[in-house]
Amino acid sequence: MERTTVFRTEGITRVYGSGPAAVQALRGVDMALHAGEMVVLLGASGSGKSTLLNILGALDSPTEGRVFFHDRDLTRASEAELTAFRRDHIGFIFQFYNLVPSLTARENVALVTEIAKRPMRPEEALERVGLGRRMDHFPAELSGGEQQRVAIARAIAKRPEVLLCDEPTGALDSRTGVTVLEALDEVNRELGTATVIITHNADIQRIAHRVIVLADGRIAETHVNATRLHPSEVSW
Amino acid sequence: MIRALDRKLLRDLRRIWAQALAIALVLGCGVMVLVMGSGTQATLIETRDAYYERNRFADVFAQATRAPLGLMPAIAELDGVAQAEARIAEYILLDMPGMEEPAMGRLISLPATGEPVLNLPLIRRGTLPDPLRESEVAVTEPFAEAHGLMPGDSFSAILNGQKRELTITGLLLSPEFIYTMGPGTMIPDDRRFGILWMPEAAVAAAFDMEGAFNELLLSLTPDARPEAVVAALDVLLDPYGGTGAHGRDKQISHAFLQGELDQLAAIGVILPPVFLLVSAFLVNMVLGRLIALERQQIGLLKAVGYSTAQVAAHYLKLSLGIGVLGVGLGWAAGVWLAQGIAELYAEYFRFPYLVYRPEPVSFVVSGALGMATVVLGALRAVWSSVRLSPAIAMSTPAPPKYSRGVADALGRLLRLRQTTMMILRSITRWPGRAAVTVFGVAAATAVMVSSVFTFDAMDAMLDDFFYNANRAQMSIMLRADRGLGVIEDARQLPGVLQVEGHSSVPVRLRHGLREQTMRLEAQAEGATLIRVIAAGGGAVQVPPEGLAVPTTLAADWGIGPGDVVELELLVPPRETHRVPVTALTRQSMGQDLHMSEAALHAMLRQAPTVNRLNLMIDRAALAELNAAVKATPAVAGVMLWDETRTRFSDEIQRNLWTMVVIYAVLGALITIGVVYNAARIQLSERAHELASLRVLGFGRGEVAWVLVGELMLLTLLGIPLGWLAGYGFAAAVAAGLSTEFVSIPLVVSNRTHAVATLVVLVSAVASALLVRRRLDRIDMVSALKAKE
Repeated sequence: MERTTVFRTEGITRVYGSGPAAVQALRGVDMALHAGEMVVLLGASGSGKSTLLNILGALDSPTEGRVFFHDRDLTRASEAELTAFRRDHIGFIFQFYNLVPSLTARENVALVTEIAKRPMRPEEALERVGLGRRMDHFPAELSGGEQQRVAIARAIAKRPEVLLCDEPTGALDSRTGVTVLEALDEVNRELGTATVIITHNADIQRIAHRVIVLADGRIAETHVNATRLHPSEVSW
Repeated sequence: MIRALDRKLLRDLRRIWAQALAIALVLGCGVMVLVMGSGTQATLIETRDAYYERNRFADVFAQATRAPLGLMPAIAELDGVAQAEARIAEYILLDMPGMEEPAMGRLISLPATGEPVLNLPLIRRGTLPDPLRESEVAVTEPFAEAHGLMPGDSFSAILNGQKRELTITGLLLSPEFIYTMGPGTMIPDDRRFGILWMPEAAVAAAFDMEGAFNELLLSLTPDARPEAVVAALDVLLDPYGGTGAHGRDKQISHAFLQGELDQLAAIGVILPPVFLLVSAFLVNMVLGRLIALERQQIGLLKAVGYSTAQVAAHYLKLSLGIGVLGVGLGWAAGVWLAQGIAELYAEYFRFPYLVYRPEPVSFVVSGALGMATVVLGALRAVWSSVRLSPAIAMSTPAPPKYSRGVADALGRLLRLRQTTMMILRSITRWPGRAAVTVFGVAAATAVMVSSVFTFDAMDAMLDDFFYNANRAQMSIMLRADRGLGVIEDARQLPGVLQVEGHSSVPVRLRHGLREQTMRLEAQAEGATLIRVIAAGGGAVQVPPEGLAVPTTLAADWGIGPGDVVELELLVPPRETHRVPVTALTRQSMGQDLHMSEAALHAMLRQAPTVNRLNLMIDRAALAELNAAVKATPAVAGVMLWDETRTRFSDEIQRNLWTMVVIYAVLGALITIGVVYNAARIQLSERAHELASLRVLGFGRGEVAWVLVGELMLLTLLGIPLGWLAGYGFAAAVAAGLSTEFVSIPLVVSNRTHAVATLVVLVSAVASALLVRRRLDRIDMVSALKAKE
């Protein structure tokens, strides 16, 4: 059966700055992301991973090339349409969590459920990531792993089609990182959310369906994992 | 060679220029008000003194009914008298071309030698009248201008019952009539009242005053004791109907001018502290944030060997930079406005010239205060950072800790959205900062309320004077006391609907060491046109016995009902009585004593008389009435109250508007300084968090709500506090603006609250929107890359 393509890019490039100071972050990337798929984006610092992720998430736009979400050309969308697109379809997870410090875990999730179309209850999202008992704590009262799991709960609570994760375990130790990956894996399996994870940690790639390696702004290599490891089997 | 640290200082200042400017503007306002107030005052005092000196303004003034010129050598011999000049002065009716009702004039005799020795008029155009011509006069320039008259033009006057054609030879100004008011009114009206100078021989002939005088001017030697001269003069003039000599302080024009100058001084004291306080808080807030952002740099500076003192000095210099900017702006604006306002006053008072005198002390004081304000504001912020050890300073500060509290209960109760919860938690987490914003907004509102309220006070005053106390449409001042039959005569005049007689006499009031010359007004039983207003408001009948005293005087002298005062009659039989105070009265303009008509005439030991008639009239018959009045020799003057009110309130409104515009700008500047800085600080602290919201799919407007909503909430909290504080300021302003002649009531209308609120709200919204533009341009990607 042909799988639905969620994202498709056609020859996207991204240049920052101009003239002699111009930096070419992406040099023509063609890729696709399918429904229910978990993809790991691997590459050294400056390889263009974050730029690609930001463009997929409509936080940035390509200098050239086109990005399709299903059949919709995001490069032609207005500012307001992109905002609505992020609101309705994309869940973000960042290395440094980006929780609102003045809101409790539950409220951070509610922040998103209040504006989403068919969200789950904040409590349900938090229970999914194992934080049912820490819901009324402020971010400063939670550990790094717990904060990242709140971020995951916040990202999945709106039932997005895609989760975009930029170094989600980058600020965590190995053991805590695994619990975060487990949460992501569970969401991917149970809700079928297409997930893109950026990492420069090569060990994490083995939990993905597919691995895309970026180098110098281009796709250097793509391979499919014949067997996926469970996050608990990974360590670094 | 600029040191590296100073280079950083300059760049920092350039980077935060908008915020620095916003603070400097608030600080500048305080400095400006100080410089402006004292500069205007100094210039006006200097101008007045120069005018007085050049035109030989007298030191002592006295009136009598008719004193022989033979008394003059004795007066000149008095100890302390430098020069003495006798003259004749009379109120006359004028029949001005193009004016239906009669105007009033004060006719003053010019000595046979030509120029007076004292109170020398300043010739603006033409010449003084020829001493030998009987029909020539010089008139005050404002009066001539109000009637479009020039030297060579003529008009008619009724001198002692005789109609005379007078030709104008010159237009004059005089130091003695800077503030010109007709009899029986506290209101200047250049169209209805003018001063006329006429050769002595002509005046004496018209009023049967040959060999006599009724006004006396004295200049004193530098070592003279004015009270002693006044006392000696009173003894000499007493047999000739002297009504009590007095110094410049009781000369009506001088006293009014002094009142205005005191008002300027009062304003210069009330407002600057507000601006200075707000700017101190702002410096503290902005520098606090700047230092928080530079915490790691501070650690680094200390780590590489800069001493704590050097680092502290660096940041203090930054605040001094803001201070220099603010003080400089304030000085410049203050000098500019002081000149502008002095010119306005000069025009209002008809000063012939202005002697600019910037007050050096005000520059020093305002400069020192301005700099002290910013340093004080900076100290706390600087101290908190420089005392950290380098290692701690260089590490990332702990994230802010939030806790559950009031906001949660409110959030649950009102089912608030999370973005609104963010606002509430931010306020409860940094109550000090929220308080600065609320305080600043309140201060701006209060400044506005306390300036706009002067319109309310003026309205209330005019209502009190024209509608509550004085309900007559017309008043006729009589040349002399007349029997009650004159009331019946007046009733026969065309168009007269109602007539009430009124009489008043000059008296000297004494209590303990205090003494004041005043008018004692008689209240006829059942009088409805001129009413006495009780201290608590509402018309009252004066008690049949005893004296009713104005509340202002009672408070000043510490007397009240039950106290006994001494009342010296300055008219025959010229006796002194001990009278109990039996009531207090409220008077917005003037300070008069009241007594029942029966009690006054018992004291005077004479049958009731009147010297003023108050009328209700049919305006349709006004032309005939005016014509009849002009032809009546017994009439000294006429007031048409509606016209007077209109002219007076127009004049006042014009002057008030200038001041209100200035204060609206000041109010707006405080608001902008406070709200703009608060918004910039919020934006700098929360850029990361707000960018996260954008990433999560919140629209620009929704994200702006978190920032703008908080500021608007604080603004809305600050405004009612500002109303309250404004009431307090208004009370101070009312007290500062009240003079011996005018007591400014403390009334603040909803219109005032609305105007203040509008100015503050618009400024706040504009400041917040300026910052919103920055927020809209936030780059989500780079904001997220930075670690909190």
